[in-house]
Amino acid sequence: MATYAESRMTPGKIIAFSLVGIWLVVAAFPFVWTFWGSFKVQADFFSKADWTNALWGVKTIEETGGAFTNQGYHGAWVIEEFWQNVINTGIVVFFTVTISLTFGTLGGYALARSGFRYAFWLLMAALVFRAMPHITLVSGYLLPFFEWNIWGHFATTIIVLVAINQPFTLWMLHSFFLNIPKDMDESAMVDGCTRFQAFRMVIVPVMWPGVITTGLFSFLLAYNDFAVTAMLLSAENETIIPAINSFLGTTQIEGKVMYAVAAVVSATAPLFVLILFFQRQIVSGLTAGAVKG
Amino acid sequence: MKHRTFFWFILPTLSAMILFIALPIISVFIQSLFVGHEQVLVVSESCGPFGCTESTKIDLEATEKLREEAPLGKFNGLGTYLNRSHLAFAEIGVAWAETETWGAFWDVVGDLPFYRALAFTLTYTAVVTPLVILLGLAIALGVNTLPKLFKGPSIFISLLPFLVTPLVGSLILFWMVDSDGVLGATIQFIFDDPNLSLKASAALTWAMLIVYGVWHTLPFSFITFYAGLQTVPDDILEASKVDGASKWQSLIFVVVPHLMPLVSFVTLMLLMDNFRVFEPIVSFSAEAHARSLSWIIYNDLRESGNPLYGSAGATSMLTIIGVVILLTPVLIRTWRDFNRKAH
Repeated sequence: MATYAESRMTPGKIIAFSLVGIWLVVAAFPFVWTFWGSFKVQADFFSKADWTNALWGVKTIEETGGAFTNQGYHGAWVIEEFWQNVINTGIVVFFTVTISLTFGTLGGYALARSGFRYAFWLLMAALVFRAMPHITLVSGYLLPFFEWNIWGHFATTIIVLVAINQPFTLWMLHSFFLNIPKDMDESAMVDGCTRFQAFRMVIVPVMWPGVITTGLFSFLLAYNDFAVTAMLLSAENETIIPAINSFLGTTQIEGKVMYAVAAVVSATAPLFVLILFFQRQIVSGLTAGAVKG
Repeated sequence: MKHRTFFWFILPTLSAMILFIALPIISVFIQSLFVGHEQVLVVSESCGPFGCTESTKIDLEATEKLREEAPLGKFNGLGTYLNRSHLAFAEIGVAWAETETWGAFWDVVGDLPFYRALAFTLTYTAVVTPLVILLGLAIALGVNTLPKLFKGPSIFISLLPFLVTPLVGSLILFWMVDSDGVLGATIQFIFDDPNLSLKASAALTWAMLIVYGVWHTLPFSFITFYAGLQTVPDDILEASKVDGASKWQSLIFVVVPHLMPLVSFVTLMLLMDNFRVFEPIVSFSAEAHARSLSWIIYNDLRESGNPLYGSAGATSMLTIIGVVILLTPVLIRTWRDFNRKAH
């Protein structure tokens, strides 16, 4: 029960509340503003005269007759064929997540159950690999990939993203499997299962919470990636993030920035939905590595 | 677990990491030892068996053939590492001998592409990381005192800037600080200077990128610390209160020490992520004033028609060395912890 002393407003509390308030505005405002502005014309969203034009859509009413327009979305999705990039992203992300999780669960389980010294060294190597800037690796891929003629394909990019994803996936699933009691799979093995059977029949049924959490982060890595997809995919296989970047190159001259704004809002929408449904898993995933130390 | 079983379990992930992380590092190193073929060189290649004919025209066919036979280019040893675009020891030596003051010396060094990128990358990392940790801790303490009803929504809102695609998130901010965008126009209005543009000066560009960095990574430290705050044992807090500690004292002497392991975890993660700062420079088109190590590698690789693999490789190797130096304290500490546990 809150006592009077606890519910009273002290100066400290006022500072804390206003700090949180400022942060929330800073965090949310850019998204709200861009979402709202994506339904306006460029003259409103980038309004020299008066920023309130973007609120009421003064120029939008002049140019299109209504306060909201879907010109930007039409331009991006229909004229610039953004849907093609969305399909490409779907393919890349789906296979990256599936393969990463398959590899990661097997490896993470092995690392969690092996007490040997090399398991520790593997985890340390993974930590160093995790810190590599992705672009340094990309500069190592390009020349061999051109030579072997495998540049530009989905399969190449997917396996590269899977590999880049592995260090993180391994760490996360490793600490998750450590939390599953050893007795479970060991008693199955006493009953005559092989290690793999024990894994399949005892561990797999209980591992889904950890796998889903790790899967969310694998999804984010594949979806948010720019360095790898921009350099390794040919133009027709381009995913949405490099596509947005190449929009900018071509559209700024033609005054079609609103296409890019609409594309940016479209690219953020899936992330918004993801946070809406999986907030708790994301938070627990963020802190999983930390709590274990 | 038996060695054999372990091997089969770890095989897929290990082969993926060896093939696409370890081998590329070796490939990057080999590339960095070579430079692209020059076209003039090909002319001497076109010599017949009965002695060379002096001709200076470029033999395209032979150039192509040479490129096909040796796609790496010609061996250059450590030449690429030492040239003007990388470590530039010769230029620094000259500057050292010729400049009078430290300021003049650093001006010359600061104009060398590699050191300029290194300076930006280190400044970005060194400014964003502590800012994010302090602000994250403050906001976590703030949210912790909020009524329960508001906690969920504030975490939801906070996750947005963190999970948004870096390229997209920085574009969103870039459009707002554009001189016609809502913030850019407001800043012009406040300072009453219609020509003020955040893109025009190096200092403002750096500041803009750092603001983006804080905005993007703050949620991570905030949420980690917030989760840590939930595990502070109540009885210790009460004991400190009984002993007469003020709120501030119990924060400094009880809560913060409890969060210390989290602080080192967050620092490690932030250092790794900030050191590879890349996308915001692309989004903000900030390359005129701010380039990071990642960005100059990207730029070398995109050099239209003739990517500078050697140069990109050399910068990549230097970057990797930087990452290892950055991680050394962590690795040493983990190694000690591991040994202590083992004995």
